[in-house]
Amino acid sequence: MNIIVCIKQVPDTTEVKIDPKTGTLIREGIPVIINPDDKAGIEAAIALKEIYGGQVTVLSMGPPQAESALKEAYAMGADKVFLLTDRAFAGSDTYATSLALAYAIKSDKLKISKNEIKESQICFDLIICGRQAIDGDTAQVGPQIAEHLGLPQISYVTEIEKQDKYLIVKKVFEDEYQKIRIKMPCLLTVLKEMNQPRYMTISRIFDICQKPNIESHKINTVETISIKDIGLEPERTGLNASPTKVKKTMTKGAKSAGKVHECDARESAKLIVDKLKEKFII
Amino acid sequence: MHFELSEAHKISQRMFRDFALNEIKPLAAIIDEEERFPTENLPKLARYGFLGIPFPKDIGGQGADNLCYAIAVEELSKVCAATGVIVSAHTSLCASPIYDFGTTKQKEKYLIPLVQGDKLGAFGLTEPNAGTDAAAQQTLAEKKEDHYLLNGSKIFITNAGPADIYVVMAMTDKTVGTRGISAFIVEKGMPGFTIGKAEKKLGIRGSATCELIFENVKLPIENLLGQEGKGFSIAMKTLDGGRIGIASQALGIAQGAMDETIKYTKERRQFGKSISSFQNTQFQLADMQTKIDAARWLVYHAAWLKDQKKPFSKEAAQAKLFSSETAMEITTKAVQYFGGYGYTREYPVERMMRDAKITEIYEGTSEVQRMVIAASILK
Repeated sequence: MNIIVCIKQVPDTTEVKIDPKTGTLIREGIPVIINPDDKAGIEAAIALKEIYGGQVTVLSMGPPQAESALKEAYAMGADKVFLLTDRAFAGSDTYATSLALAYAIKSDKLKISKNEIKESQICFDLIICGRQAIDGDTAQVGPQIAEHLGLPQISYVTEIEKQDKYLIVKKVFEDEYQKIRIKMPCLLTVLKEMNQPRYMTISRIFDICQKPNIESHKINTVETISIKDIGLEPERTGLNASPTKVKKTMTKGAKSAGKVHECDARESAKLIVDKLKEKFII
Repeated sequence: MHFELSEAHKISQRMFRDFALNEIKPLAAIIDEEERFPTENLPKLARYGFLGIPFPKDIGGQGADNLCYAIAVEELSKVCAATGVIVSAHTSLCASPIYDFGTTKQKEKYLIPLVQGDKLGAFGLTEPNAGTDAAAQQTLAEKKEDHYLLNGSKIFITNAGPADIYVVMAMTDKTVGTRGISAFIVEKGMPGFTIGKAEKKLGIRGSATCELIFENVKLPIENLLGQEGKGFSIAMKTLDGGRIGIASQALGIAQGAMDETIKYTKERRQFGKSISSFQNTQFQLADMQTKIDAARWLVYHAAWLKDQKKPFSKEAAQAKLFSSETAMEITTKAVQYFGGYGYTREYPVERMMRDAKITEIYEGTSEVQRMVIAASILK
């Protein structure tokens, strides 16, 4: 079972601050992490590989710094890691991003065995994306990749099981879930609640971070691919090919910290009424 | 000169922090309270490579280095000093001497399972009458035809009990002093080898500290580690490396207490404001963190020297001396900042203060470190 996981490196929003003047994220000094839903996707892929065999590829589109997220993915146990990076992608919205990722997924660069697969056919049985990124929260890139590739998709998945050429997955809603059978190849978007991602191992961290040299015959590196490698015309991606544009960002007004009271229904009602009166709301 | 951790070290440090916080911290107060060895942590430590960090991959190690190992012990000890010393004693005191002095056969049989984390290691040098004066060994290993006959006992042995493999010092020739000491590999379960009483300790109460008792243990000749009569120098070299581990443990304890103190002084309000807003607090916190950072550079430098295969004996002693005394000072101040709360087991700082004390004592007391440093600068 060959699986590709698409990941995004994001600022750790639990530590993020917003510049009150410009309304934009202050990225300086903020730690970057693998987007939590995507990290669950890496774990899911490695766990499936452990049961059914095959190979796990991890792909990320982003600036050169995103390489460190891919190193972490390798250190968790991914077999191959690719960084899709090119100035031409700068300013891409979800549409332009998903188009580039779709082209990368079907490109020769990512082919597992160059002979077996016919041209324009993807070599992965399963594409996993995280539900959404914590810095944008759009939840669009995964589903759009499936559309660009003409593949069936299921979003909001928390369980994956393989049955021959099919997957049986659990898709969650707010108050219910569905078990769905889907034919591979397909795309799933997964939730971070689905698993507890494993830690990186020390040996794989040192393996991927070690500088390649002739003596070490090192083969494990983050492979960088550009727009040329995926056969996408530059005018179809980047800021100018993005149908959505961010016009303005703003912060919500500051709220004072909440307080938790533990009491029964009667006391709670009294407490709420008192508080509302105190603030002259009622 | 280059003062930045490499990318591999930075990523490892992040992993160690996550791991320590999620897997080790929840048990820290419990194993202290119950005075029990955290057996359930061992498979996790093994799985992610904590038990074979500075050893090459071809023998099952992680292919990392001593700096990475120091960072690992530091990060573990920030939340649980007992877990820190389990890893340190295993790595520095058991796996390292077998790696440095073992035969190919010994490495295959003992080192591979150790560094892969399938087996746990320990080291036996101290005896009731041979502490700082390690040369006064009374444990005897008499050479017979095809074996050594081991008799005697060791005390205060870290990891004793849970450990499977023990590097043990014994006299093979009583007439020639330190040149009569030899090192051996002893396995758990060998007839005549038993674990004696477990010590009830002030701190690191989750770490196992027991007696080793040898009664006519028949040790095969091939269990001699290094040459006969070279045991004392093997032990001293081993302890040089061990000091980096304990210095890292002390550093971790100090930073762990500091982190708790920073959080607490920001939250705790007296006289209408947080106690961190008082200038006396600020000045003290500044001094505390400065000492910890100084300790960190001493520790990382000693580890780096070892990685560069340069002499590191003096630097390891300095790192251990300064880090352990810093740990004692910082944890004592931390308890003071927490006031009455700090004296209770509701907060972790009293445990950290109890844990810190041992770092001034084991693997060479602070006085021994001063002897090593003085000998090096006066020679």
